[in-house]
Amino acid sequence: MPSMPSLSSKPAKPLTLACAAGAMVLLTGAKGLEPKDVADMLHAVMSADRTVYTKQVVNRLTLKEKVITASEHFEDNKALPLPAQMFRFGAELAAEQSKKFSYSLLSLWPVNKQNAPRTDAEKKGLEFVAANKGQNFYTEEKLGNQRYFTAVYADTAVAQACVTCHNDHKDSPRRDFKMNDVLGGVVIRIPITE
Amino acid sequence: MSTTSTLWLLWAVSTAAGAAVLLAGMVCGGGVRAHLLIGKTTSGHHQIELACEACHSKPFGGGGVLQAACLRCHAEELKQAKDTHPAKKFTDPRNADRLAKLDATQCVTCHREHKPEITHAMGVTLPTDYCALCHSDIGTERPSHAGLAFDTCASAGCHNYHDNRALYEDFLTKHTHDPDLKPKAIAKLRVAVNEPAEKRKPLGRADADAPPAKLGDAAAVEAWLATEHAKAGVNCSGCHAPKKAEAASPEPIWIEKPGPAVCATCHAHEVKTFAQGKHGMRLAANLASSRAGLLGLFKEQPLAPMRPELARLPMSKAAHGHDLGCTSCHGAHKFDAVTAQVDGCLGCHADEHSKAYLGSPHHKLWQAERAGSGPQGSGVSCATCHMPRQPIEDENGLDRVLANHNQNDNLRPSEKMIRSVCADCHGLGFTLDSLADAALVRRSFSGRATVRVQSIDWALKRLQAQRRATQ
Repeated sequence: MPSMPSLSSKPAKPLTLACAAGAMVLLTGAKGLEPKDVADMLHAVMSADRTVYTKQVVNRLTLKEKVITASEHFEDNKALPLPAQMFRFGAELAAEQSKKFSYSLLSLWPVNKQNAPRTDAEKKGLEFVAANKGQNFYTEEKLGNQRYFTAVYADTAVAQACVTCHNDHKDSPRRDFKMNDVLGGVVIRIPITE
Repeated sequence: MSTTSTLWLLWAVSTAAGAAVLLAGMVCGGGVRAHLLIGKTTSGHHQIELACEACHSKPFGGGGVLQAACLRCHAEELKQAKDTHPAKKFTDPRNADRLAKLDATQCVTCHREHKPEITHAMGVTLPTDYCALCHSDIGTERPSHAGLAFDTCASAGCHNYHDNRALYEDFLTKHTHDPDLKPKAIAKLRVAVNEPAEKRKPLGRADADAPPAKLGDAAAVEAWLATEHAKAGVNCSGCHAPKKAEAASPEPIWIEKPGPAVCATCHAHEVKTFAQGKHGMRLAANLASSRAGLLGLFKEQPLAPMRPELARLPMSKAAHGHDLGCTSCHGAHKFDAVTAQVDGCLGCHADEHSKAYLGSPHHKLWQAERAGSGPQGSGVSCATCHMPRQPIEDENGLDRVLANHNQNDNLRPSEKMIRSVCADCHGLGFTLDSLADAALVRRSFSGRATVRVQSIDWALKRLQAQRRATQ
């Protein structure tokens, strides 16, 4: 893997990012964080929130207590947004606040075809995390005129609701998932200088 | 001075004077502006084309300025339409190759103004194969779409770029078995929560608080007594002297013809949507054909209200010359919502669709309801479809059912009407076919559709195939 470039020293615009960046600098002795560390930290937050929503909201209310359903047409069906939608809505809101990073939830077996890998890095990363459980994938890629540090993390079935939905959805191209299987991957990109 | 020098001087002075006039017209406005337009504007914007600053809010602004201008007026409706191609979908770097082909983050990529020679339906200025730039392989995922012409995606009643609320696959299959006409075909009605929280005493003739000279207009007083205004305790001064509480007597502050701003005191949503639609867009805030400047040479000149003769649709000549405001349709003092729903429209609109309404099945239902032989809400007026009542969330989070006076919300593409209007009475398949039949639309829906939109059939076939594959 190529050596890790350092993050740009420009301050992030949103207050939260600025605070987080400030804390990171203090913790690392003002050296600046490597993009890999930032991506790992961002993923820790994303993964935790995603797991909490999937287990404590969707799985509990739809399968255990059976008081509501989850649906991609959640407004029309008066239902909960699917965990994947929740993740995407967050990614879109974050993208409106900051251009310092972006993230998405992709899969080799996407229910929504728009979430299939589109770049070589995405394809390699998703294949790597599916074949090497517990390991992440890091690389660099150039998209448009910008170079990115790109990290891919496995996204696993943390609750029965994940398994049920991915096996039963009419648009799902794969229907043999089990608990803790890799369903796809979280792709985090951080723009870097050449 | 030689003749040559004189001619050069004359040329320089006249050139400078001409440039000054043109520059003044561009920056400050005035009569010369109409001659500076660089091309005919779209039907969506022609009413405000002389208020250049509505879009060009900075003299040397580039794409960002134009984008901000588009969103100032259209962001809310895109959000309500659950825009299927919002800019935020394309900002992820993984779409860089797509953006290189079509920058879907900018409105002007598809909608360029002043370009009549390349403007298609919906103000689209791209070649009509734009869907294929990203979805050319759709036939591999959906065999029913293999071989379809590149320009049929958005022209056959199947897909829209922005608003697909009634066209997505699960919605189509859910409504497969809808009847043509629903058993309870009733449009949305007013609901109790619309009534003001603070009940006021109904007013009688003796309560009218207009100055004595004004009370001599017996017809106006009689009309007012018959209205909801009088019943709801809204006195003459409520509209004609809204600042009465701040004045010693009503005469000095009496407004002879109160405008939309006064109506907005109580009917804020109606006036807000009026100013967003074709009838009132020229009255929206900060639109001016001339700005104050050049040492007082130019005065601030807001756009004048819309007049029927300025429209691009055929209008009755008898209506020419009338400024459009709230009372144009509702009538001062009478404020008859029934008149406003049909007669108010047909007083001006003289196109084929409007004229064909009289005698159409919708009109007969309207007449039956007015005559008392049809249930409340069963009649279909012009406003039932073009200014429908819709649930609007108020400041307390409760829905009020109010008439949407912005007909653009509900007009084009016509599939916008499906959920907000047609679905009150008709099934989805019947609606899709009817809206796709241009001749039937011109006949104001007299007769049956001769067009068949395939989308429900194809969605159902795909669903059945998926079910078979998983069994």
